[in-house]
Amino acid sequence: MSFEEPKIACFVCNWVFGEEELATSRVRKAANVNVVRVMCIGRIDPVIVLQTFMKGADGVLLVGCAPPDCHFVEGNVYAELTVNVLKKLLVLTNLEPERLELRWVSPIEEVRFAKIIKDFTEQLGKLGPSPLAREKRDVNILENVLAAKNAVTNFRLRALIGKEKELTKSVNAYGERVSCEEFNALLDEVVEEEFIRHKLLLAMKKPFSVKELAKALNMKPAVVLRHIVNMRRKGMIALDSVEGTTPLYKAVEVR
Amino acid sequence: MTEEKVGAILVVGGGVAGVQAALDIADSGFKAYLIDQSPSIGGVMAKLDKTFPTNDCSMCILAPKLVEAGRHPNINLITNAEITGLNGELGNFEVKIRKRSRYINEEKCNGCGSCAQKCPVEAIDTYNKGLSDRSAIYIEYPQAVPLKYIIDREKCIGCGICQEICKPGAVEYEQEDTEATLKVGSIILAPGFESFDARLKTEYGYGRFQNVVTSIEFERILNASGPYGGLILRPSDGEIPKKIAFIQCVGSRDAQLGNNYCSAACCMYSIKEAIIANEHVPIELERTIFYMDIRAYGKEFDAYYSRAREEYGVRFVRSRVANVEEDPLTNDLFVHYVEDGEPKTEEFDMVVLSVGMRPPKNVEKLAEVLGIKLNQYKFCQTDTFSPIETSKPGIFVCGAFAAPKDIPESVVQASAAAAKATATIASERGKLITIKEYPPERDVSLEEPRIGVFICHCGINIGGIVNVPEVVEHAKKLPNVVYAEDNLYTCSQDTQVRIREKIKEFNLNRVVVAACTPRTHEPLFRETLSEAGLNSYLFEMANIRDQCSWVHMHEPEKATEKAKDLVRSVVAKTRLLETLKKPVTSVIPVGLVIGGGLSGMTAALELTRQDFEVHLVEREKELGGHLRHIYYLPGSENPHEMLKSIIKDIHENEKISVHLNTEIVNVEGYVGNFRTTIRSDGNEKQIEHGIIVVATGATEYKPTEYLYGTDARVLTQHELEENLAKDRFSAKTVVMIQCVGARTKERPNCSRICCGHAIKNALKIKEVSPETEVYVLYKDIRTYGFKEDYYREAANEGVLFIRYDDEHKPKVTQENGKLMVLAWEPILKTWFPIEMGTLALSVAVVPNHDSERLARMLKVPLTKDGFFLEAHVKLRPLDFATDGIFLCGLAHWPKLIEESISQACGAAARAATILSKKTLEVEGIVSYVDEDLCVGCGLCISLCPYGAIEKDERGIARVKEVLCKGCGTCGASCPKRAITMRQFTDEQIIAQGLAVLRGAVCG
Repeated sequence: MSFEEPKIACFVCNWVFGEEELATSRVRKAANVNVVRVMCIGRIDPVIVLQTFMKGADGVLLVGCAPPDCHFVEGNVYAELTVNVLKKLLVLTNLEPERLELRWVSPIEEVRFAKIIKDFTEQLGKLGPSPLAREKRDVNILENVLAAKNAVTNFRLRALIGKEKELTKSVNAYGERVSCEEFNALLDEVVEEEFIRHKLLLAMKKPFSVKELAKALNMKPAVVLRHIVNMRRKGMIALDSVEGTTPLYKAVEVR
Repeated sequence: MTEEKVGAILVVGGGVAGVQAALDIADSGFKAYLIDQSPSIGGVMAKLDKTFPTNDCSMCILAPKLVEAGRHPNINLITNAEITGLNGELGNFEVKIRKRSRYINEEKCNGCGSCAQKCPVEAIDTYNKGLSDRSAIYIEYPQAVPLKYIIDREKCIGCGICQEICKPGAVEYEQEDTEATLKVGSIILAPGFESFDARLKTEYGYGRFQNVVTSIEFERILNASGPYGGLILRPSDGEIPKKIAFIQCVGSRDAQLGNNYCSAACCMYSIKEAIIANEHVPIELERTIFYMDIRAYGKEFDAYYSRAREEYGVRFVRSRVANVEEDPLTNDLFVHYVEDGEPKTEEFDMVVLSVGMRPPKNVEKLAEVLGIKLNQYKFCQTDTFSPIETSKPGIFVCGAFAAPKDIPESVVQASAAAAKATATIASERGKLITIKEYPPERDVSLEEPRIGVFICHCGINIGGIVNVPEVVEHAKKLPNVVYAEDNLYTCSQDTQVRIREKIKEFNLNRVVVAACTPRTHEPLFRETLSEAGLNSYLFEMANIRDQCSWVHMHEPEKATEKAKDLVRSVVAKTRLLETLKKPVTSVIPVGLVIGGGLSGMTAALELTRQDFEVHLVEREKELGGHLRHIYYLPGSENPHEMLKSIIKDIHENEKISVHLNTEIVNVEGYVGNFRTTIRSDGNEKQIEHGIIVVATGATEYKPTEYLYGTDARVLTQHELEENLAKDRFSAKTVVMIQCVGARTKERPNCSRICCGHAIKNALKIKEVSPETEVYVLYKDIRTYGFKEDYYREAANEGVLFIRYDDEHKPKVTQENGKLMVLAWEPILKTWFPIEMGTLALSVAVVPNHDSERLARMLKVPLTKDGFFLEAHVKLRPLDFATDGIFLCGLAHWPKLIEESISQACGAAARAATILSKKTLEVEGIVSYVDEDLCVGCGLCISLCPYGAIEKDERGIARVKEVLCKGCGTCGASCPKRAITMRQFTDEQIIAQGLAVLRGAVCG
């Protein structure tokens, strides 16, 4: 049996549709779509999207004004950069990145909006229900998404998302432009590092060894050790104890 | 007419050698520029965990020197910079330098580190040898000097966050490289060394196998501030290894790689690493060192080697490892080697490659710019009798760039280079240095304490955790506190101005700063008090960074409460602080050198080149000492000609009074003011002088073994040398036995020079009588450094080297007039006989019989072996613990000609730091005796480690303030409680101790 009624959280820019348009929209009547109005699609914090997935949404749709139009100058551009990072993170969490889409709509395109919803519903239909929406939630993926959420809560990743446009479209502090490829490569690296570190951190609520962590995360122990070293340096974890020849590390509780 | 000389010296390289050279220069009246290509000074030593043979923490002993260099008024640190050009000549060089941009304003950066916390970019941490990462804006190590951040421009994406975060506004992305020209009179090169690139030794798998690491990586692993927090882990899986192999001579003694020389320090550092490793794991670690010869030739090194084997359970396997393989599943390692002719394989968890020393990177460019010659290995070219001079006049060399060497020898050479470099411009002493003037001190003795408290946020370093305004409010309520405020950075320049203003405005007479550590910052604030006309001892610090915000970073309320406690306790002490005077003593600008051998003569000549007068006292009736018995050297230099010319220089020198046939009878006084009684032909005479150099030499062990003295064909190496030099040699077969009287139960240590001596004589024999067969029976051949070339040459010339051990010592017999030796063949495991015409014994160097008497007179210690013991074997190799007395030559330990010369020059430089001053100002924190209470029991005199207490004519203890180091042991032990430590009186300590108890009544 195909999956026809995916639960969709749809965040829509205030300036795409006014209240009245939305109220009369057919889309509104589709019970599986929960439309949330925001002042600008640039308001969507990556944490909100991941939180929504954790709560069981099958898909998250962000709808904003097509560039170069934006009531708040360029909120939509930032939304694009955020979605870019979120998609990278979703791949790492094993949740299909197709469950998140950002679409542009002009205020006069109500029909187009309906089509977008229809297409997205179909897209999700092919994917089936979210592993976090089923009766028995996939705890691994849930933990992954939590790690991703923690990663985008963190200063480092947020700082990079916030700086991307300035650095790649204008000039950096040295008056030079950073190429999109260069920045994207850095972003890939940082997204992966932060995701893995926050995943490790979640695991390390109780003491863990490098080898155990490597096995649990299906990673090379040498790579895990490197993260452990850096996480210790940053005060995220500490050595808990040593059992025989095996050091165990534990997350540092921050009050 | 020649131009006037410049009273400044450039030191190239900020490792331990460069730092020591700069300090000696600046302390003897010259300006020093210390340039380093790294962002901070400290060199390799700053990266090490512990040091041999004392197992001192490397950073703990180095950091005070770095800090001192960093804040010395006459040392100008130029980091992240390189030399690009040189003009001029001795006395008048113009050096062009390029200072690469740090992108940080060094004046503004206060090292708080907020920038690095927020930097989103990570880069490989090369300081940790790639075992961890750091941010793109960084310092190399936590105690970096200067403590100024730097941006890694390669990695930085220019996001601009650090600039936003930096409160002092120190980040300057637009900063460019700058060029400058320094005018200096002479130059010292101390660029150090590079570690050998272990990848080139492909058979050991470095770079391919994760658990194969280099020795310098292993140092970082051992280091508590290294990547693994001081726990030894396998890079492959983070497990603690149970079994570690150390492979020696990686990149050294390897003619195939073109590195035939021995790197001189690796045997000892590997033994140290093997010993220390056990302290860095919670299990009993199996450690094996694979070696060719263990070269433990330095002071008490063999004793350390023995302890490694016997006490610390380190296993030693004599074998050149063939190759290393890895089990790809477990990442365990298989070491393949041959022992006693049999191929063997052993499994290890981790392998450490003892990488050798290579000349510093870009050395050829540096040599070209400076116009100096390099030797065949691209180290600096020097000669036996001028070990400090490069090929260009006015440019000197020290440290590993001259030849691979360990830390103390680098320090010795650094002082020596300072002597040489300052001697060339001695006329300019005092011309370019800054002497600061202070306003007259306010008399506060009759005033009630009026305390000002300044509490530092240190950006967010303290302020991010500790509620600083709350601490300020607490401070304001404390008795006698009339003013308190918080500062973003109490150490910044503008805050110093502010503190001076507040002292005036509120008529403060005591100041407390609650900030970081007094270790680095107390001198700065004391200076501020002096500038405000307050006695600098009316100051105290509370360390609320290390002790509050750092250790309690996750419990801010507790950190704040503790900060209040600390401030309250320090205020309690401060209330009782008194004005202290720094004792001042005059200096007699005359030196006394005891011993007229090569070292003593060199030290005397160097002192006169610094414009000081010298008394040179020699027990025998002629000068020259041990050098008189050296007839030839392996190179082309003629030691007798050199000796003659040195003695001629001494006798022609008007500043040297030579006292031959003379003994020291008595020594009185202290640094700057010694009075020594000497006796010659029954006549006693007194001389007055400011310093003493001990250069009394050593003597040859007279063997009782191997038929020496009963068969005339048995000689010592010196006797053989004399025979060879005087054409009295004719033997068909010569056997040499090494370690006679050395490395035995009675004398466990190596005499250092005998291996080289034997090879020198063996080569001479092959030169004058190529047909003669030469056998050398040895335990380890210890031809360290470039001497290894002669070992190879001897082997190529057909000299046979046969190893023996203590269980298989050679047996010498005389039968029917035949002189025979039975030697053990370790591979065939048989004894075999050799008939010989000459048996040469390489005998130990032993201390002079009257060293003990002299040591007692000077109140300086001896080692177990009877050699003189310096103040610190690593970093104060030329000083005694007693101020004003210095040490050089064989009296310190057996050594080669070039080493004796280096030490003698170095001792002269150390002495010049005292003789160049008209007066000596010493620390005011000294003890004093209440004369009414003292009963003259003398306990304090015996307890004082510095000989700083004596009895006066009434029999009452008197503190010689110049000698007192302020430890306070005398006070704590005085049965009558008659002795008080200034600045740490009982009342002050008790007040401080009590006030920290919360709720205790204070005041």
